[in-house]
Amino acid sequence: MIHSLFLINCSGDIFLEKHWKSVVSQSVCDYFFEAQEKAADVENVPPVISTPHHYLISIYRDKLFFVSVIQTEVPPLFVIEFLHRVADTFQDYFGECSEAAIKDNVVIVYELLEEMLDNGFPLATESNILKELIKPPTILRSVVNSITGSSNVGDTLPTGQLSNIPWRRAGVKYTNNEAYFDVVEEIDAIIDKSGSTVFAEIQGVIDACIKLSGMPDLSLSFMNPRLLDDVSFHPCIRFKRWESERVLSFIPPDGNFRLISYRVSSQNLVAIPVYVKHCISFKENSSCGRFDITIGPKQNMGKTIEGITVTVHMPKVVLNMNLTPTQGSYTFDPVTKVRPPLINCKQVFLQSLFCDGREGRRKSLMSWLKVKILTKPGEHTVLCSCPWLWREPHICC
Amino acid sequence: MTDSKYFTTTKKGEIFELKAELNSDKKEKKKEAVKKVIASMTVGKDVSALFPDVVNCMQTDNLELKKLVYLYLMNYAKSQPDMAIMAVNTFVKDCEDPNPLIRALAVRTMGCIRVDKITEYLCEPLRKCLKDEDPYVRKTAAVCVAKLHDINAQLVEDQGFLDTLKDLISDSNPMVVANAVAALSEIAESHPSSNLLDLNPQSINKLLTALNECTEWGQIFILDCLANYTPKDDREAQSICERVTPRLSHANSAVVLSAVKVLMKFMEMLSKDLDYYGTLLKKLAPPLVTLLSAEPELQYVALRNINLIVQKRPEILKHEMKVFFVKYNDPIYVKLEKLDIMIRLASQANIAQVLAELKEYATEVDVDFVRKAVRAIGRCAIKVEQSAERCVSTLLDLIQTKVNYVVQEAIVVIKDIFRKYPNKYESVIATLCENLDSLDEPEARAAMIWIVGEYAERIDNADELLESFLEGFHDESTQVQLQLLTAIVKLFLKKPTETQELVQQVLSLATQDSDNPDLRDRGYIYWRLLSTDPVAAKEVVLAEKPLISEETDLIEPTLLDELICYIGTLASVYHKPPSAFVEGGRGVVHKSLPPRTASSESTESPETAPAGAPSGEQPDVIPTQGDLLGDLLNLDLGPPVSGPPLATSSVQMGAVDLLGGGLDSLMGDEPEGIGGPNFVAPPAAAVPANLGASMGSGLSDLFDLTSGVGTLSGSYVAPKAVWLPAMKAKGLEISGTFTRQVGSISMDLQLTNKALQVMTDFAIQFNRNSFGLAPAAPLQVHAPLSPNQTVEISLPLNTVGSVMKMEPLNNLQVAVKNNIDVFYFSTLYPLHILFVEDGKMDRQMFLATWKDIPNENEAQFQIRDCPLNAEAVSSRLQSSNIFTVAKRNVEGQDMLYQSLKLTNGIWVLAELRIQPGNPSFMDLELSLKCRAPEVSQHVYQAYETVLKN
Repeated sequence: MIHSLFLINCSGDIFLEKHWKSVVSQSVCDYFFEAQEKAADVENVPPVISTPHHYLISIYRDKLFFVSVIQTEVPPLFVIEFLHRVADTFQDYFGECSEAAIKDNVVIVYELLEEMLDNGFPLATESNILKELIKPPTILRSVVNSITGSSNVGDTLPTGQLSNIPWRRAGVKYTNNEAYFDVVEEIDAIIDKSGSTVFAEIQGVIDACIKLSGMPDLSLSFMNPRLLDDVSFHPCIRFKRWESERVLSFIPPDGNFRLISYRVSSQNLVAIPVYVKHCISFKENSSCGRFDITIGPKQNMGKTIEGITVTVHMPKVVLNMNLTPTQGSYTFDPVTKVRPPLINCKQVFLQSLFCDGREGRRKSLMSWLKVKILTKPGEHTVLCSCPWLWREPHICC
Repeated sequence: MTDSKYFTTTKKGEIFELKAELNSDKKEKKKEAVKKVIASMTVGKDVSALFPDVVNCMQTDNLELKKLVYLYLMNYAKSQPDMAIMAVNTFVKDCEDPNPLIRALAVRTMGCIRVDKITEYLCEPLRKCLKDEDPYVRKTAAVCVAKLHDINAQLVEDQGFLDTLKDLISDSNPMVVANAVAALSEIAESHPSSNLLDLNPQSINKLLTALNECTEWGQIFILDCLANYTPKDDREAQSICERVTPRLSHANSAVVLSAVKVLMKFMEMLSKDLDYYGTLLKKLAPPLVTLLSAEPELQYVALRNINLIVQKRPEILKHEMKVFFVKYNDPIYVKLEKLDIMIRLASQANIAQVLAELKEYATEVDVDFVRKAVRAIGRCAIKVEQSAERCVSTLLDLIQTKVNYVVQEAIVVIKDIFRKYPNKYESVIATLCENLDSLDEPEARAAMIWIVGEYAERIDNADELLESFLEGFHDESTQVQLQLLTAIVKLFLKKPTETQELVQQVLSLATQDSDNPDLRDRGYIYWRLLSTDPVAAKEVVLAEKPLISEETDLIEPTLLDELICYIGTLASVYHKPPSAFVEGGRGVVHKSLPPRTASSESTESPETAPAGAPSGEQPDVIPTQGDLLGDLLNLDLGPPVSGPPLATSSVQMGAVDLLGGGLDSLMGDEPEGIGGPNFVAPPAAAVPANLGASMGSGLSDLFDLTSGVGTLSGSYVAPKAVWLPAMKAKGLEISGTFTRQVGSISMDLQLTNKALQVMTDFAIQFNRNSFGLAPAAPLQVHAPLSPNQTVEISLPLNTVGSVMKMEPLNNLQVAVKNNIDVFYFSTLYPLHILFVEDGKMDRQMFLATWKDIPNENEAQFQIRDCPLNAEAVSSRLQSSNIFTVAKRNVEGQDMLYQSLKLTNGIWVLAELRIQPGNPSFMDLELSLKCRAPEVSQHVYQAYETVLKN
């Protein structure tokens, strides 16, 4: 099971360590640093590293590395999932998962880690249970605590922990009972040079914010549930009901949570709301080139495109760029070679001249386009805000 | 107000200050101080000096303070075991607390204090907590048993905690069940032999019920535990599968993968005809695909597992090729894994898409990725025959980019394509040759050289190309050197006329100037092959190579089956069984897939039934080879060499000289052909000194073995052995032996024509040899030898020929010519044919000579189990011209003093001690003294041959 956890920031400082069994020396992280050095990019550090006596399983979240040390045969996915859960919890408690936030709340972090894992076994990872055990820090509470001397550690056993619905605490009460559902869909597409779609799928999630009193039992039905290729449910959803009737039936947790995530792919045609055209040319005998990209809405969508963000990752060899967008604004980050012009428009035409440092090398540009589309409240109960995500892996020449 | 303030005190008296604060009366101040201590601890500062002061704060009703003190205790108790005892009382008291949270906290913390003395006090509270009315306490206690087991396994067993833990599997609360399973699994892992998790249908049922209700982590533990169970028949397997399937829709990917493991394992037991089997296959694909939309780290682990699943059951994901297309923002480790799976899924149906993708990848920026993509194109060509042409043209396009590493990688894979589809795409060779200069990596150079050598006959300037490589021969890596050697030999065999110089050059470079034994050995082998038997050389070097198989990196089926049982674990990430990397001596139980059993059959003990051998077709597999080229390089020597038995075709060092010297006359009228070129013998210094010797004795042993029972009259005559097999000599088979009768030596030959044409014009010639043996008369074959006819000839020999020392000494190289060709063979003659009749030495002379010869020239030998007594030995030896000079009896042992003389006048003196070994056999001890000690070994062999036959 999970032996130890080290939190490491981008500059390679271990700023927090927690051991659930015996203490493992920090020097074990040297293997991690070695791997980090080998991988040019922080994102490219392999998640599983073996050392002579331990295994290091790490995740990279919010510019922090969560490195766990394990000694026996443990499902790596279990460890990775858990580490993400830890990061989620920090996010939940402190509003952000950053080195500063963790250092500012180091005692709470320590208490949380102790509550989440016992001898390497996950103990309580549900946010509602944790929040009963250890109250999140708020300015008001810290003021109250300093006056009354009370602590932010709960001293009773969380009620939900042992019931059949560990995700919900008993005795919730609201004056305004309300429930919100956000349906967020991302289109993940690969578009080839000629502009035709190679592969597209929709990754969708329904995030809920439920503020209902008592033990509400909710049902949610879809207009066309057959569209969904694969679904992953929050444990609260009754699987049998879904299997037989395709209805989401559940007693929700209190507060924010992700109800389901789903995937719609190849079998159903995924329409991309925008079209993209591009052109790259290089001047003969010079290290300069020109890169045009045109983005516009597709006619038959019938929905308004609200905000378009284009992010282009330039290869490292690109030294500088001159940008002239037809609409909107732009920035160029010379360090990461990322250029995100912010555009609000119906159609965009972008022109850029860029300088390539090394002559005669191959160029490969990638762009990342974010389009926000407003849809009317339709089949899904409440407001939908759908940022469309469009990725093009290779514009090559 | 944040915790960062706790880090700010870095003044000198920090510890002292904290001490004062910890002992303060004010609760608030105490708590702040403990928080500071914890903060220092988190960054690895040593605050163990504060131990007594912190422990003093433990007696409090403030839960937060208590927790903080507990945190501190867990870290430092080990360094202060004596002080830690102070805390025991509080723990024991807390275990009785009415608040279950505090009871659980106490038992949890106590388990984490890894001090032996404390564990003794832990037993009683733990026993109580395991039976606590509150499930929260019970589930915490279950984990505590695992902790305690880790510290003191014996104690846990003695106290009976394991049984209590087993009872908890039947607990009413699913959380308790899950933790009990987790604890038992962890304990079982360190004790693989113990049968802790005794799974039976009842307990499985309980686990399946708990599965639906426990937390996600508990589900993982239960699923992993279920995977170790072997259902008794397919009906039970199916019912478990049905109850596990809903887990595939869980949001936690670890749960999903554990469920996949259970299903993959139990599916093995289901009959393929079952409707349910098909349904299950369909259900497995979507969750696996969904795993790929998770965080990159999860994707990586998922992909490693999918790689296994795709090999085991390709049908699951065969329609999902597109989800493995690489996205630009994937980390490199995900990209490489996806590429691997794409190739595995490539089939005729989707090859066009795959190729289009791969071509895109090959123009990416990341070098590793590009290389792998190019390699993938080659693998597609090999895997899907219909696409080969497309792949080749794609590769040619890539070569046109002139990007150095793309070109090199492309050449390496094109070589593989040539191996798979010989004589199909040779038109591209010209393009490849254009890029010769840009190759700087050994693998690419070796591949290119291989191609040039293999298709030397179609490349006009192959000799120039190879010659250009030869210039920097010594700077090349071994891989390239070996390949270059082979390629030039191939070239020579294909175009012998123009390339003699080149081949001599490379052979001398490889054998004389290189200190790499592999290279030298290969050089010698080629050299000898070419010199002794160019036809055989052609057969060996230009042998038809086996086609390479589709996929060279498939995991071996048995290993794959084992790995399927480890889906979701580290083993599946490394693609190695846990035994290969799990730490220390912890025995690892080998898991195997359950055998398929039908419910109708009676199954007494499915656990003991040997598993494995899954039915269904397995693809042909070459065991994991990182690299095709290694395989390829070895192949040149790989095909079975259809050579004659060693005893007769002993390929010897000196053989080359045969061509250089003695045979000029024979060669004179030969058209310049394969056997034509004059090889210069490598200098003797280049021969590893003991190589020849050991080879020689090995060969003589073999020779001895071949000799059967000969006639006893006169000198011993070995039966005829085949010296030159028909297949090496275009149908002429020669067998023979040597005889010595009344002072004359002769070679008895038997020539058999196994060809379809008549053979005439026989002639024979010997190479120079150690004792100057030479034919005393020409080889007389009176009539033409018609097919299937055999003729026996006795060829008289004399010992007046030119002398050259051979290695081994009794090696004789012979050339036989007929109307078809000239054939070369070499053979070993027994030394006793050279023992002359006047070899009896005078007694006085014997004594004087014996003393005269220095002792270091004396050699000792043993002849075991000789069936003769002293008299018989003496007379037998005399018939072979070994004469007994004197005879003595010392302490019951017969001593014979003997002498013999060789044709060249060398005297050999012998002392033969005859020891009765067992009733009918004697053990002989032979001491030989001779001024030329190198003959001793052969004389001893002559003794042995004579005495034993």
